[in-house]
Amino acid sequence: MDSGDLALQYFLSGITKGSIYAVVAIGFNLIYSATGILNFAQGEFVMLGGMLAVTLAQFVPLPVAVAGAVVVVACLGCLLEVSLFRKLRRHSVMHMVIITIGLSIVIQEAALHLWDEKVRSLPYFTGNEVTSLRILGAAISPQVLWVLGTVAIGVALLHGFLKFTLVGRAMRACSSNAEAAMLAGINTSNMRTLSFGLSAALGALAGCVISPITLTHYEMGAPLAIKGFAAAILGGLGNPMAAVLGGLLVGVAEAAAVSRLPAAYNDVAAFAILLAVLFVRPHGLLGAASGDSVREC
Amino acid sequence: MSKYTQLWAGGLLAAILVAAQLLLRVTGKDYCLTQLTMSVYYAIVVLGLCLVMGYAGQVSLGHGAFFAIGGYTSAILTTADFSRFQSLAGVGWLKSIHILEVRQNLFGSPVTTVSPWAAFLAAMVVTLVIAAVIGYPALRLKGHYLAMATLGFGLIVNKLILGSSIAGAADGISDVPPFALLGGLMVSGKSPVRVQNYYIACGLLLLLLVLLGNLVRSRMGRALRAIHDRETAANAMGINTSAVKLKVFVLSALLAALAGVLFTHYTGGIGPSEAGPLKSVRYVALAAAGGMANLWGAAVVSTLINYLSLRDWFGSFDQAVFGVILILIIALAPDGPLPPLALWVRRAARRVFGQRRPRHGAA
Amino acid sequence: MALLEVTRVRRSFGGVVAVENVTFAVQTGHIKSVIGPNGAGKTTLFNIISGMLKPDSGHITFDRQAITGWPPHRIAGAGVSRTFQNPSLFLKMSALENVMVGRHRRTRSGLAGCSLRLPSQCQEERAIRAAALAQLEYVGLASLANLPAGALAFGQRRMVELARALATEPVLLLLDEPASGLNTREKEDLGGLIVKIRDQGVTVLLVEHDVSMVMDISNEILVMHNGAVLAEGPPVVVQNNPRVIAVYLGGEFQHAAPSQ
Repeated sequence: MDSGDLALQYFLSGITKGSIYAVVAIGFNLIYSATGILNFAQGEFVMLGGMLAVTLAQFVPLPVAVAGAVVVVACLGCLLEVSLFRKLRRHSVMHMVIITIGLSIVIQEAALHLWDEKVRSLPYFTGNEVTSLRILGAAISPQVLWVLGTVAIGVALLHGFLKFTLVGRAMRACSSNAEAAMLAGINTSNMRTLSFGLSAALGALAGCVISPITLTHYEMGAPLAIKGFAAAILGGLGNPMAAVLGGLLVGVAEAAAVSRLPAAYNDVAAFAILLAVLFVRPHGLLGAASGDSVREC
Repeated sequence: MSKYTQLWAGGLLAAILVAAQLLLRVTGKDYCLTQLTMSVYYAIVVLGLCLVMGYAGQVSLGHGAFFAIGGYTSAILTTADFSRFQSLAGVGWLKSIHILEVRQNLFGSPVTTVSPWAAFLAAMVVTLVIAAVIGYPALRLKGHYLAMATLGFGLIVNKLILGSSIAGAADGISDVPPFALLGGLMVSGKSPVRVQNYYIACGLLLLLLVLLGNLVRSRMGRALRAIHDRETAANAMGINTSAVKLKVFVLSALLAALAGVLFTHYTGGIGPSEAGPLKSVRYVALAAAGGMANLWGAAVVSTLINYLSLRDWFGSFDQAVFGVILILIIALAPDGPLPPLALWVRRAARRVFGQRRPRHGAA
Repeated sequence: MALLEVTRVRRSFGGVVAVENVTFAVQTGHIKSVIGPNGAGKTTLFNIISGMLKPDSGHITFDRQAITGWPPHRIAGAGVSRTFQNPSLFLKMSALENVMVGRHRRTRSGLAGCSLRLPSQCQEERAIRAAALAQLEYVGLASLANLPAGALAFGQRRMVELARALATEPVLLLLDEPASGLNTREKEDLGGLIVKIRDQGVTVLLVEHDVSMVMDISNEILVMHNGAVLAEGPPVVVQNNPRVIAVYLGGEFQHAAPSQ
């Protein structure tokens, strides 16, 4: 394979990973817009989706397992909002971040005890580990197409939902100005619960579709959350669609780092991006320059 | 806390620490002292974090990194063999002023390493520089951004350590020599000096509690609390909030590094997990559990919980315990469990002992 | 030369011009009041002078120094203190501690001195406490010294905030709507207090809605409207200014009628 093909290979790998970061970032944005909370446990939704699907796949066909995992995790997300976050409204941002970190630890440890520390994965949706398609000189697994396709469809559906449906518009109203939305008759509590549910569902779906490639294990949530956060602020917090751009950029940067640096430094690229964005341009590439304005998507 | 309460608390804590040691001696469990000493060093990190989080109101999720920077700097310098530079000009001079020393390593062969005192000073300088460089941009960020920035910083340090062979990568560094302090005291993990080391650690803890307590009740302490309460008003009163926040951040980093250096000499080594996010999150959990702005609470609670954790009390739920602490404490008692506990104790005491009797003749 | 000179200061937010080409000066030892309808840009002007906002253009000179673009703490260090429209006390600290914070810019003990409780620091701390208590007595609230600021009534918080600002020994005192929320009697007391402060050598610039109180105590008045200066001068002159009358009484804009 010549260097051009190699570069393409890395690029595609970066896009693949990046689309998962994009999904996590979108989840961050959805919850942040609707509730003002930065949900560090976002990465755990991805992990739980994969784990649950693997377990369910032992009993039911793959599509049902994936659907089931998504539904269960979505319900968990809603449950978390209703039982925990709703009660914590008056807390400061710093408190909320720490609580969600604690939550992510608890979920992670619960997963460790419910399953175990072994790495597991869903079977490839089509083909197996050695199937590969040649696209423009790079060899990629069909699963990559599944990942890109699923994320693209998911994001498009979300965009359509937020823009064209009544409920979606209600959510956007809520994140723009919660008080005004409430006065207009929108049930803001339900919107908040919905944002958690949607984030969790998207995360779980991503977790299922990426499972054959990156494998699923109980500790995968935290690094995902951090990289997803990096992607979210790169795009600009409050702008879910910019999160997609942020995710892809982080993924590609990470792939570039992987191709150059020794293996141990793989994650450093994403974290370095995080710090760089925070220090230089905290409102991100597409975010508003003046602090806290919330963008509509 | 007034001066007298401080004296009382200090005396009480000292008494408890001495009692603990004697108890362990009597029950023949001297070896537990090791873990207790380690817990005290961890508690020192939490003290610094208390200052930053509880008083100045700035969250830091990467303090383990400073502990590691201090520990690793002194570990690397005191274990790296400079023998092959023997012939270089300055080396002899460095030896004569005790920056470099010749000692025996594990295998009995002579090595030329940096002396522990010089390594300690180097560790402090390195930490100061890094903390200032990171703190300057980071502390201008708000709430969740600052949290993520410090988390990211900690992760980068963690990964850099894991990836570099000088730092021993995943194995860490071992065979760190003892640290000879003044007056024959020696920071070392060997059994004969175990009790001595316990009291060295406790002495340091008490000293820091006094010093930081003074700080908190002074003009600087008020400035910190003002910044935490309402930064704009603090600025309007002439407090250079950026400078004060940075100074306190750097101070807390130095405390963490100090603990790291002594810890490393005590246990004879250090590993990359000390810089890991799990450790950093633990420190935050412990600061919260002791009461964010409560130095004494932080010292006692973190020593206790760390000790239990090191003794494997929580078994496989070790990590989960800290997660639960974080959630429960911050959600239910953001100022720490001690105020509500004290309130509860007072109410219970009133219930048990009855209200005070009215004076004679009162209606 | 005037103590404070504001020259052609302009500031906008998005498309809205909050302060438009404002120029005025405050003489040493004067009480100058800024009045005008809501939205006239008065608080924005204050925020610019105290350093919380940067003007888009124009400059500000204080005590012969150009202070445009200085950070708030530096301006405070130069001798400008302010109160806020909503009293900005440190709610978790006691009233006395709040005022003690006001002594920060006049004192020096740093991290080392404070931790080690050096004699100089102990002495300074006693002086801080005494000075703060004196300020609380000056505003008549010494009895509330040890109450948490969060437990004080609105008017009391106002006074403690004033005491805190006075504790900095300011050269120029900026008061942002100090009388709002007070009853007639309290406003009279406040007016008297402000005059007392001026008589002790502090220059006062205040923003206020209560026009009669302002007319009583001010040496000069600045009237703002829609972000621009409408009129400036002694109370008598401003009172008879037809444009000012038009703005406040809502009548037609009168070109004629020269002022007395």
